Amino acid sequence: MRPWKHAQLPVFIAIIALLIPFVAMAGPTAPPSEPMTFETEAEEQRYQRLIRELRCTVCQNQNLIESNAPLANDLRRQIALMINDGSDTDEIIEYMVARYGDFVLFRPPMKATTYLLWFGPVAMLLIGLAALGTILWRRRTQVASEPLSTDEEERLRRILGDGGQDKT
Amino acid sequence: MKLRFLIPLVAFIALVGLLFVGLSLDPREIPSPLVGKEAPHFDLPELRNEEVRFARDDMLGKPALLNVWASWCVTCRQEHPMLTELRRLGVPVYGLNYKDTRSDALRFLAQFGDPYDAIGFDESGLVGIDFGVYATPETFLIDSNGKIRFKHIGMITPEVIETRILPLYRQLEAET
Repeated sequence: MRPWKHAQLPVFIAIIALLIPFVAMAGPTAPPSEPMTFETEAEEQRYQRLIRELRCTVCQNQNLIESNAPLANDLRRQIALMINDGSDTDEIIEYMVARYGDFVLFRPPMKATTYLLWFGPVAMLLIGLAALGTILWRRRTQVASEPLSTDEEERLRRILGDGGQDKT
Repeated sequence: MKLRFLIPLVAFIALVGLLFVGLSLDPREIPSPLVGKEAPHFDLPELRNEEVRFARDDMLGKPALLNVWASWCVTCRQEHPMLTELRRLGVPVYGLNYKDTRSDALRFLAQFGDPYDAIGFDESGLVGIDFGVYATPETFLIDSNGKIRFKHIGMITPEVIETRILPLYRQLEAET
């Protein structure tokens, strides 16, 4: 590879500098709308954990803390209400699953319908490794089990004897 | 020996097939855990008459549709003639007016017609949450005992009426 010229360095730094704001944006800090109030620190933490673990069903790649959809807003409010009413975390998760299904969970439970989801990637990796292993094993045995024919040996001797010049 | 070279081709075709099926799936159609369960209880003010209440149990006795709609929902406008058609075919159609204002909703009905037997006015959207609503319009087919038998997310099309709603409605009607 061609080494970096000095003139390219400022460009490189500029690109990195431009990307920094995106990195900063990646981690959500607070709910986008009305702040929820809780009596204890533990309740606040429970709330923060729940809104990170539950998916917004409207904007499906966001959790409840990231989403600005009206439904996400309503669900955050509902979770805050339930926490203030003394519901525990499992009750709130049950409440959400009963209405929106396992889909709302970013960590779906392990059961027959989700085995593929949980074990699929590992299974694919194992299949890939097995295939790779088989191919490499076969290649090694193939190379080892084919000795040179007499013609080839003769030609090899000539090449070596002539100082590397092949005259055939 | 020759067959070995077919393996990558077969694997490739299988992958293409899998991805092709993936293309035809709509990720917005989340299977509802409510199908097969009791419809959630609610007791709401009627949209068109504040003094009257509309409760879940008012729908019992006959299979019926519960359509979740709002005046701010553009797809609901396109869907509206389909509800009128269903009403004409004799299917009771109830409405859940979701996160709307009364005046906007009434203007919508004045403009596009009013096929509903009764409409619950769910201003806060809490009843919507109980029904697992996340994308209006959504339509539930509820049997005469109050059990949800079918849910359709998005616009009802003539095809949905023909292939899903009407056959199931007739079946539920016969069960009653």
